Amino acid sequence: MKEILLPRVRTSRWLAVGWQGLSILMALLFTTLVLLLTGAPPLEAYRQVVEGAFGSLKRATDILVAWVPLMLVTSGLLLTFTAGLWNIGVEGQIVLGAIATTGVVRALQHTDLPPPIILVLALLAGMAGGAAWAGLVGLLKVYGGVHEIFGGLGLNFVATTLILWLIFGPWKRPGIGSMSGTEPFPERLMLPTLPGLRLSPWALGMALLSVALVYVLLRNTYFGLRLKAIGKNLRAAHLLGVPTTRYLFLALLGCGAMAGLAGSIQVTAVYHRLIPPISSGYGYLGLLVAMLANYRVTWSVPVAFFFAALNIGSIQLPITLKLDSTLSGVMQGALVLFVLLMQGVRARWQAKTTVESEDGA
Amino acid sequence: MKVEMRHIYKSFGPVRALQDVSLTVQAGTIHGLLGENGAGKTTLMKILSGYLRPDRGEILLDGQAVRFRSPAEGLRHGIGMLHQDPMDFPALSVLDNFMMGHEGGLWLDRRGARRALKELADAFGFDLDPDARVDSLTVGERQQLELLRLLWRGVRVLILDEPTTGISAPQKARLFATLRRLAEEGKAVIFVTHKLEEAEELCHRVTVLRQGRLAGEVTPPYSPARLIELMFGRPVPMPERERIPLGEPVLEVQDLVVGDHRLRLSQVRLTVRAGEIIGLAGMEGSGQQLLMRACAGLIRPWEGTIRVSGRDLTGKPYSAFLEAGVLYVPANRLEEGLIPGLTLTEHFQLVYPNGRHLIDWEQARAEAQRRIREFHIRGRPETPVEALSGGNQQRTLLALIRTPARLLLLEHPTRGLDVESSLWVWERLKERARQGTALMVVSSDLQELMQYCHRIVVFFSGRVSEPIDAEQLTLDRLGHMIAGRGW
Amino acid sequence: MAPEWIMGLAGVLAAAAPLLIAVIGETFSERAGVVNLSVNGAMLLAAMAGFAVAVRTGSLELGFLTGILVGAGMALVVAFASLTLRQSQVAVGLVLALLGRDLAYFLGNPFMGVPGPRVGALPVPVLQDLPLLGPLLFRQSPLVYIAGLSVILAWIWIFRTRPGLVLRCVGERPPAAFVRGVPVTRVRYAYAVLGGAMVGFAGAAYTLDLKGGWQGPISGIDGVGWIVLAITIFGGWHPVRGAFGALLFALLQWLSLVLQPQLPGVPSQVLNVAPFPLMIFALLLTNLGSTEWVQTLLARLPESGRRLAMRILRSLQVSPPAALGMAFEEE
Repeated sequence: MKEILLPRVRTSRWLAVGWQGLSILMALLFTTLVLLLTGAPPLEAYRQVVEGAFGSLKRATDILVAWVPLMLVTSGLLLTFTAGLWNIGVEGQIVLGAIATTGVVRALQHTDLPPPIILVLALLAGMAGGAAWAGLVGLLKVYGGVHEIFGGLGLNFVATTLILWLIFGPWKRPGIGSMSGTEPFPERLMLPTLPGLRLSPWALGMALLSVALVYVLLRNTYFGLRLKAIGKNLRAAHLLGVPTTRYLFLALLGCGAMAGLAGSIQVTAVYHRLIPPISSGYGYLGLLVAMLANYRVTWSVPVAFFFAALNIGSIQLPITLKLDSTLSGVMQGALVLFVLLMQGVRARWQAKTTVESEDGA
Repeated sequence: MKVEMRHIYKSFGPVRALQDVSLTVQAGTIHGLLGENGAGKTTLMKILSGYLRPDRGEILLDGQAVRFRSPAEGLRHGIGMLHQDPMDFPALSVLDNFMMGHEGGLWLDRRGARRALKELADAFGFDLDPDARVDSLTVGERQQLELLRLLWRGVRVLILDEPTTGISAPQKARLFATLRRLAEEGKAVIFVTHKLEEAEELCHRVTVLRQGRLAGEVTPPYSPARLIELMFGRPVPMPERERIPLGEPVLEVQDLVVGDHRLRLSQVRLTVRAGEIIGLAGMEGSGQQLLMRACAGLIRPWEGTIRVSGRDLTGKPYSAFLEAGVLYVPANRLEEGLIPGLTLTEHFQLVYPNGRHLIDWEQARAEAQRRIREFHIRGRPETPVEALSGGNQQRTLLALIRTPARLLLLEHPTRGLDVESSLWVWERLKERARQGTALMVVSSDLQELMQYCHRIVVFFSGRVSEPIDAEQLTLDRLGHMIAGRGW
Repeated sequence: MAPEWIMGLAGVLAAAAPLLIAVIGETFSERAGVVNLSVNGAMLLAAMAGFAVAVRTGSLELGFLTGILVGAGMALVVAFASLTLRQSQVAVGLVLALLGRDLAYFLGNPFMGVPGPRVGALPVPVLQDLPLLGPLLFRQSPLVYIAGLSVILAWIWIFRTRPGLVLRCVGERPPAAFVRGVPVTRVRYAYAVLGGAMVGFAGAAYTLDLKGGWQGPISGIDGVGWIVLAITIFGGWHPVRGAFGALLFALLQWLSLVLQPQLPGVPSQVLNVAPFPLMIFALLLTNLGSTEWVQTLLARLPESGRRLAMRILRSLQVSPPAALGMAFEEE
């Protein structure tokens, strides 16, 4: 049995920061190159993005509006990542949450129930819908042998199919089935927002609560510890007595619930109806946030904020610079890519220098 | 071709695998390499075949110094090794495996290879279906295939590492006949084994290694006693074994049949009582691990029953065994026993939770500190387990054994530990036994087993002995039985 | 004039061609042990880049070359990150999948709806006049011929040549291949890049041939990359079976078009997307036979039924190259 010799890594804080800074620099360089390819002035583009994100109070609060679902999704993903799962299906879990919420609202909107009750039920339904969808991924994995990446992808496609069918089929606006979505909710059934802005304090509160919850779960509970054990060594965790299958499912259900809640909020607070792109790519983006934050709750808060800012900031680009708003996606992806690459370079470099110093010693 | 290895040294980190070992093998002979587990036989041969590089020392072929950088290079010089675990490709066909590595042009010459395979197979009396998938072959057949492949490549020095593990008697006879014939044809054959009678039967000369050093070299006629002595060293005077009143039967194994693709244990019968320490002795791969894992609930037996404290647990899931107080401590510390990335504190909290939901880290750290002191682990509560040395990882594993436990199954608990740590481990285990736990221990250290166990079960090639009272065993006899004699 | 259903099937072949080429490429890569999860992004980016270059230069050849380079480049990054930098293959592949897609949409913005050069049909001289088979097989674009050729060549390469044997061994058991003198890491790099090149070529084929032009998010190419990955598994890492999977998918898409008028209740968008989950869930079939609960279920069937069920399940079963995604360190 070969002994695993791990290099004793002794790095200073500054060196670590230096490596991260290098990654950011390279990502910036990459994005600049891309911008040059389109013939757009890079500095102007960056300025536009910053302007677009922080130029006015409305825009700045829009960042929070985008941050809420992203943060919810990321928190949930931190649960599945800790358990060692690649929950690519989170995008579909958002959609199912949105669908469930819309269904409840539509079913109850003509009844006498007080609006807050309806909204609460709708949000709970959203969480249940997302959780159920995530549960399917688990079933496929445990009983079907289908890797969670493919199960998740497949269910993402099914979710897309489902939402299209609903919007163009049974739930279509009378007379028109269009990409603009279902009939908007009556005003009393929209989640209240701050005056003049699109931000709902309730939604913000829920997002903050979820971050805090996941933080506590992962750091201070046995649940979190067991998830961590499973994620790092499934076999040993099993031998030590951790009920592995149960915890895998719990991680998925938890993540699905949060993703579903994100979908619910999109429906009730932001769009006030169901539209085809309801999930807005927050699922995939959440995966990137978690990766960039190195799967830590504390880092994911600012990273999610930064990514949300990039998204909001890029909205104006098609108008002002004739650039597509996917520039934010390019920046986000480039950042994660270079951080990953630099991580590897750093590890190799450190391993080499440690071995050398050990030989010399 | 004459092979000389001179003053070979090899270390793996702090572990000294070989110290100043020299070996000379003449062409046309079958040279035996004897020794127990960890003696360094496989390491030495891996160096000769080019799989590993020596730290010091040299290799000469027909007087010429050579240095191999890879096994392929070794083969080009005519040295080929048949590993204990055949380095073949299970999902591919016999023919494909045969052809792989052979030089040639772009196109696979299937017909030519088929012919060569048939010729060679016929010459040695092997019967191999070229189109069968290799994973459908028996271990013996896979060996035969590898042998033919090396011969086709023109091997002149053939190394076989424990070739008779898991092959049938007729296959073994055929193998020996083949080896004798190869020696007659002028090849040098090195036969690595722990089985005395095979070394005696086959080899013109036997070199014995013990703990990485050359213990001696003998020529026929062989004296088994002398060989045992070289392999295991002089017995140390035994301290008094503790007489503990034994309690109720904790483990009852009846007519158990269990196996995997290599080995099959049949009709195993065993009863272990509370407070008893049973040792499972035998060379690695002789079946002890199979039995352990079956008793732990990790492998389902094909036939037979397993009862724990009267309850029939045959076929039940692992969690049922855990609940019944059966605890299993694997030998692969980092792969199966511990969770790399988690600290000592976290490990303890996993196994000994202080509460239901919330973790009080202050308390947890204090408790971890307590256990660290209790088990003499050189580490701090926040040390990740992969940073611990092997010995301390073992202590951690022991510290993770839940109390109370009815039955403890330990695989190689003192492997890689220094004397002091080993003694300490056994003190803890004896304490458990005193408290009424039954213990089953697998170990390749015979002295250790003789010293601490009440009864010893010997494993050899899938055969399981009746439990033998340790008082009635001598180190000599135990060594013999492990090497296949005196059954 | 050929009957309509023949024209329909000819369309299926044409639609399957790029998919097939990508599947063969990914099969090569995964056979060597490298999973390239970035395929979706790579195909989108290659499709856009190939089209852009073709429009700018007027040359189809340069367009396809660009596609190849983009695909190969992406695969090289995945290989480098996982083989040399020892990062997670899944993580890097996923990031590149997303990044590639966003890059494609961002850089491709100015090219949306722009007309560009397009590969035309290339009828084969004598064979095109055969009844039924003629219009079906021999009046196709060269892409279809290339696709057919690549299946044959791939099969020959993998199963009949020495380097093909090396490939199979590297994916199966890298340490054993290493012992026999194979430079495992180099081989993995080579096939990863080859696979990426084919994937890139296939991507370019969408905009330069099949769909004719770049439509951005509504080009219908998004999602195809994931299907490639699923089909590679479904095809058991075998070029012929993978080709069959690609044809099956194209057939499902065509059926959804054909069935649209027959199913007025179902919106067209639904039928368009439906083949995607279907293909992915085909993966379920590949593993079903080995799961425990299926075994116990089958045990209850009468002997004849059980044997038949087992035979069907076993024929669907796939086993991956044993060393897929596993790191290998050459000592």
